[in-house]
Amino acid sequence: MEFLKQVPSIRFMALRRYWYFLSAAVVVVSIALVFVRGLNLTVDFTGGLVFEVGFLQPVDLEQVREALGAGGIEDFQVRTYGTATDLEVRLPPPESGVAGTEGDRVIATLKTLDPTVKLNRTDSVGPQVSQQLGEQAALAVLMTLLLVLIYIALRFRWRFGVGSLVASLHDPIVAVGAIALLGIPFDLNVVAALLTILGYSVNDTVVIFDRIRERFKTMRKAEPAEVIDRAINETLGRTIIVSGSALSSMIFLAVLGGETLRGFAVALAIGIVIGTYSSVYVAGAIALDLGASGRDFMPPEKRGEVDELP
Amino acid sequence: MALLLAGLLFALPNYYGESPALQLSSRDRAAFDASSVSEIGGALKEAGIPQEEIFVDGEGRLWARFAKADDQLKARDLIQRRFEGQYAIALTNASRAPDWLNALGIEPMSLGLDLRGGMLLVYEVDTQGAVAQLLQRMERDFRKVLRDARIPYEEVAVSGMSVRVNLRDASQTDAARKALLEYDPQLALVTDGPPGTLTATLSETAAKDRQSFAIQQNVTALENRVNALGVAETVVQRQGQNRIAVQVPGVQDASEVVRLLGKVATLEFRLVDTVNSPLEAERTGRAPLGTKLYKQRDSTPVLLKRDVIATGEQLIDASFAPSQGEPSVSVKLDSRGGDEMLRTTRENLNRPMAVVFIEKEREMVEREGQEVAVDRSKEEVISVATIRGVFSNNFQITGLSAAEGTELAKLLRAGALAAPIIIVEQRVIGPSVGQDNIEAGIRAFTIAAIVLFAFMILYYKVFGLIADIVLLTNVIFIVAVLGLFDAALTLPGIAGIVLTVGTAVDANILIYERIREEIAVGASPWAAINSGFDKAFSAIADSNVTMLLSGGVLFLFGSGPVRGFAVTLCIGIVTSMFTALIGSRALIYLFYGRRRRIERLAI
Repeated sequence: MEFLKQVPSIRFMALRRYWYFLSAAVVVVSIALVFVRGLNLTVDFTGGLVFEVGFLQPVDLEQVREALGAGGIEDFQVRTYGTATDLEVRLPPPESGVAGTEGDRVIATLKTLDPTVKLNRTDSVGPQVSQQLGEQAALAVLMTLLLVLIYIALRFRWRFGVGSLVASLHDPIVAVGAIALLGIPFDLNVVAALLTILGYSVNDTVVIFDRIRERFKTMRKAEPAEVIDRAINETLGRTIIVSGSALSSMIFLAVLGGETLRGFAVALAIGIVIGTYSSVYVAGAIALDLGASGRDFMPPEKRGEVDELP
Repeated sequence: MALLLAGLLFALPNYYGESPALQLSSRDRAAFDASSVSEIGGALKEAGIPQEEIFVDGEGRLWARFAKADDQLKARDLIQRRFEGQYAIALTNASRAPDWLNALGIEPMSLGLDLRGGMLLVYEVDTQGAVAQLLQRMERDFRKVLRDARIPYEEVAVSGMSVRVNLRDASQTDAARKALLEYDPQLALVTDGPPGTLTATLSETAAKDRQSFAIQQNVTALENRVNALGVAETVVQRQGQNRIAVQVPGVQDASEVVRLLGKVATLEFRLVDTVNSPLEAERTGRAPLGTKLYKQRDSTPVLLKRDVIATGEQLIDASFAPSQGEPSVSVKLDSRGGDEMLRTTRENLNRPMAVVFIEKEREMVEREGQEVAVDRSKEEVISVATIRGVFSNNFQITGLSAAEGTELAKLLRAGALAAPIIIVEQRVIGPSVGQDNIEAGIRAFTIAAIVLFAFMILYYKVFGLIADIVLLTNVIFIVAVLGLFDAALTLPGIAGIVLTVGTAVDANILIYERIREEIAVGASPWAAINSGFDKAFSAIADSNVTMLLSGGVLFLFGSGPVRGFAVTLCIGIVTSMFTALIGSRALIYLFYGRRRRIERLAI
């Protein structure tokens, strides 16, 4: 079985102005979404207390709010997650950093509504921790991007490094936009998902760059755009299979994997689609417009200055 | 091949999985015997609670394994009612692996709290406070040293990281210096200010030592209390600069755990009463005048004098010195404690002295409709040693084995004036959430894997099958390595595995697509295989190196979930590079190798 019997000859690079426009538009919309809709940040980043409680029967949110208010609990937010029987109660961080007594109070209050209620999960994160968690995650992502840029620049010349950097920045930004749009809770697990997207996108880009590098060596007379098109076309079969299988795995996880895995799997699925797109259209196109050509990968010419070529 | 077998062996316990279990330990630390096993087994049978296995482990604790979490909870309630107060009962999981595997010490990888349920507490140690405590103590001691040496002073005060002494008479500077150095020979004393001033600055190393002492002390104290919970597989570890993370798996009463861990410990040094018989006192339940009855750790009674020589507040350091002929624990007290110790030892040579470890916990009790705080304390004699010489603020406790010495030093540190800790992060994940997570997750992964495997066989035929075998091996390797490193599998860890499996699939696809291309341009099967591997190598290597780089960075800079992701990512990349490049090639050779000439490749 084979999807692409023959290597297709789609001229990806010819239309790159449109792809740039599309990518730029999507990035702008994503950033706008983050600001307009806001991210559904969990206590990992905001600090505070979260209790997830489970009822046996569906409950009315208004009733829960009234009961909590009557129980002397202040500044709370209540919402359902997943099903109508599961509630999430959020409180600002306690002075002492101890969630135990607060949790007992919340549960005791809810028991007046329904004695079968169960406390499924408590998260209490102090303000100093949440700030640090956010900073650390951001630092880790930035350092990763920097190292990848350096490595690709060393292995493929700087034009490709910049191309991969733009593609790998592009992908998490769009994924974050999609997360904001869908209102998926943004916690540390989603950060791990974003890192996976980053890794996936870089992997995809490297595979295509590798083929471009090879083709530049064999197709010496061809135009750079032609070479890049050829490389992308040749790897298209592989791109479709890899992305398709990864995407289908994520869809299985999102549908069957249960509540905890869902947000994570959806974020990954979005990332895979964007990552594939950006490796095909963005990374190569930027390298091309920065002047990538066969000379980048030529063996040193006999009379040329060897020093110039690392 | 040998590697594969080793990987399989180490991954094997995970195949058997774990089932819910109870772990019982006697309150009096006695080991369980056969009769108590049959007694508990009988009680369970009577109540109609089915159990899979009851056994006593190497440390004398009793385990009961159940098929369902429901039975586990029922059994706990039953044992709690039937044998009230006799045992500390912990809900946990026990491996279903056969005994020979357990005997080899090969353990299944543990699941993170997000997957199995449990409680995470992160404490922050007030290290600044610990240093401030030390400076205040220095100030107090300096005053005392100068008073004892009859050197009048204007002022002794802490300023910044140093203690400043202002003498009334500048001509006594040298005398003051001598007296202070006698108290602590390691003091960094400077006299560069106006005449008559001495400044003792706490060096950066001394401050750091103090901070790490404060953290160590709290780690030890927390370890002791977590162990007292009787829960299996608890983790207490230092996290970053000044935090301590405590993980308690299984069902826990959150406020109870927080209360138990928040106990305050202290120490008392007292003389042993050698005149009266402790056994007599224990029998009558009445201690003679001026004495108090205590129990040692092995529960033998001992009578101690009521007068306290020194307390944990005066303890500056306690460390175990394994060498010097005989193992010993060296103890350092402040000058107040040292003075009292000097007086006592001078008068009581060759008499025994004891160290009492006291743990206080505050409990909220309802009394007449009001919540009242009640302090309860547990007192225990942790060491009895004979006074062999006259000493003051620096002394050694000898006559211990290496293990006893380490333990004593730990307990002494735990009882020293504690640096304050606060909870900065607390997470409790209900076990039902954990259980649902595991079940749904495993089901989804299995289906996704089966679909992927089927596709690979359909698309690449024999080569697809080979890729499937290689991928499976890869996952087995990851699981085995996780078990080997004792790393827990968390949700972000699964993300790491997903990414590595994805790239491993990619590596195989890259190779196979190359082989197809080679065949399409007319290469012979063997040439196609070889050049397929060779040409795909650079792409595979580059993408794996970039991922390994990012994995390394994330491991170094990340914490918690990000780190969990990085760990499985790095392990997975190394194993997948190995399996895709070496494993699959070996399998292809194995499959086609016997035939010298191949007409067609099933790809």
